[in-house]
Amino acid sequence: MKLTKEEVKHIADLARLNLSEEEIARYQSELSYILEYIDQLQEVDTTGVEPTAQVTGLINRFREDVAATPDEATRQRLINAFPEREGNYDKVKAVFE
Amino acid sequence: MSKNYKILQFLSFIIVMHLTSLTLKETSDGLNRHEFSSVELTRAYLDRIERLNPSLNAYLTVATESALEAAKAADERRAKGENGALLGVPIAVKDNMMTVGIRTTAASKMLEDYAPSYDATVVKKIKDAGAVILGKTNLDEWAHGSSTENSAFGPTKNPWDLTRVPGGSSGGSAAAVAADLCAGALGSDTGGSIRGPAGFCGVVGLKTSYGRVSRSGLLAMTSSTDVIGPMTKTAADAALLLQVIAGADQFDQTTYPESPKPHEYQKAIEGRSDLKGLKFGVPVEWLESTGLTQGVSKATNEAIEEVKRLGGEIKKISLPYARYGIPVYYVITPSEVSANLSRYDGIRYGYRDKETANLFEVYTKSRGVGFGAEAKRRIMLGTYTLSHGYYDAYYLKAQKVRTLIAREIENVLKTVDAVIGPVSPHVAFKIGAQTDDPLKMYLEDVYMGTASLAGLPSLALPCGFALPEKGKEKMPAGLQLIGRRFDEATLLAIGNVYEKATGWGKSKPVL
Repeated sequence: MKLTKEEVKHIADLARLNLSEEEIARYQSELSYILEYIDQLQEVDTTGVEPTAQVTGLINRFREDVAATPDEATRQRLINAFPEREGNYDKVKAVFE
Repeated sequence: MSKNYKILQFLSFIIVMHLTSLTLKETSDGLNRHEFSSVELTRAYLDRIERLNPSLNAYLTVATESALEAAKAADERRAKGENGALLGVPIAVKDNMMTVGIRTTAASKMLEDYAPSYDATVVKKIKDAGAVILGKTNLDEWAHGSSTENSAFGPTKNPWDLTRVPGGSSGGSAAAVAADLCAGALGSDTGGSIRGPAGFCGVVGLKTSYGRVSRSGLLAMTSSTDVIGPMTKTAADAALLLQVIAGADQFDQTTYPESPKPHEYQKAIEGRSDLKGLKFGVPVEWLESTGLTQGVSKATNEAIEEVKRLGGEIKKISLPYARYGIPVYYVITPSEVSANLSRYDGIRYGYRDKETANLFEVYTKSRGVGFGAEAKRRIMLGTYTLSHGYYDAYYLKAQKVRTLIAREIENVLKTVDAVIGPVSPHVAFKIGAQTDDPLKMYLEDVYMGTASLAGLPSLALPCGFALPEKGKEKMPAGLQLIGRRFDEATLLAIGNVYEKATGWGKSKPVL
């Protein structure tokens, strides 16, 4: 499965990754090569086989919909992790232009 | 006076050397008999880490202060009459599990200075049990890799040969155990990341059943196969550590609602002195595969002979679908990785690029710079395989083949108690030998993917030494035992019998 440069750029956009020209070329060849290897899965007959979504065998693990506020120390650690702060707010670029 | 002082210095050096060479169980027993304190023990490990970590790079962060505080607290608890398998015992934790007070990096520039807001459940459990966390060990960035060469902070060296890899992605934890830089460690396994490094470093590594141990606080990689497990000097040690970390957890709804019984694993070990009555299946496809090196094949066959001598019955079994394990794994993993790593966007935590004109650039540049090459490769691959028009051909197809692989081994495990084979096709390779070819690296997992995809437990045990493909010095070889879901007890009991009979795992690298 050979990927075009445009396809690679499109994937990078979807994945929100800024790649250099060199990286785009490198991933273009590496991804094509890996996808070729993966193509062998097409030779397996999977008619009537259910996909494995999860292996636990568990169904619908519910809990009560009760909000739990974190303790003050945890809350402070969350706030301290913000890359840019203004008071207790996470300072970010405008969401809408 | 001076001569006596020198003798005293020498004796205390011997005592200190002795403390760090103890197994987890010996450590625990020694603390219980008041032969030494946790503070003394912790200092011994910290000194050894200071001496050896610069050349091994097993630890990314050494938590000196908090370790000594925890040791002191453990000694105080013991003075009040408390006792427990992990009380005061120094443990290393792979740096993809959150530890409050100790930075957690996932070996990535993205989280280089990240201070976690909560403890992973396994960390909370070992802290409650009074364990001393010595520090955080190195890994392939985000656990993506089989050699620890993908770490953004340099590779870890194999303690048996510093020019070789320790395996991955839990290379730091494996090296720390092999080099006596901790009494035991926690690792994680998604496609072989506990077993591979355990095999390469000659230590015990248990990939637990999916759902046996909580993943809350484990930085997610492949949500449908990730597990946490113990990496230790002996199988009995793994049993002790597993007993503490296993169990149902309200913060991880994929954990099995029934926790293990008290002392389940220790009792299983104590209850078995040979392998009589147990059946072992040897997959013909694995021992006939062209990639398997002579040395590892020989070591594996000797282990199988030993199992027979100990009373086990050997049966040839067939796993024809297992060969699709790698392509299946390398569709599912990048797909789930692409979703799990989307949270690292420079907004709430982690690296945020400063040269950005708008919000879109905050995402693309923070991620472009913060992530390493393998992470980006997997994100790209996964984004593609999950995208519109390709989801059916790739992810859905892979999950169907997964069902066939899982069903096949589960059926085999109805006729045998364990599947036995090598951990890896060869022993530890030289650092840099495989970094040019990502696919070659993916093939390291050829014997390990099956257990991951089926959610089964698998134990890696030292089974001798073998020559590398290129080189004259022998390196550790690992034996793999795959068991039924939640049957870690049987695997650990087998491991203990095998260890005691062969003595593999006792010798240590000279450092």
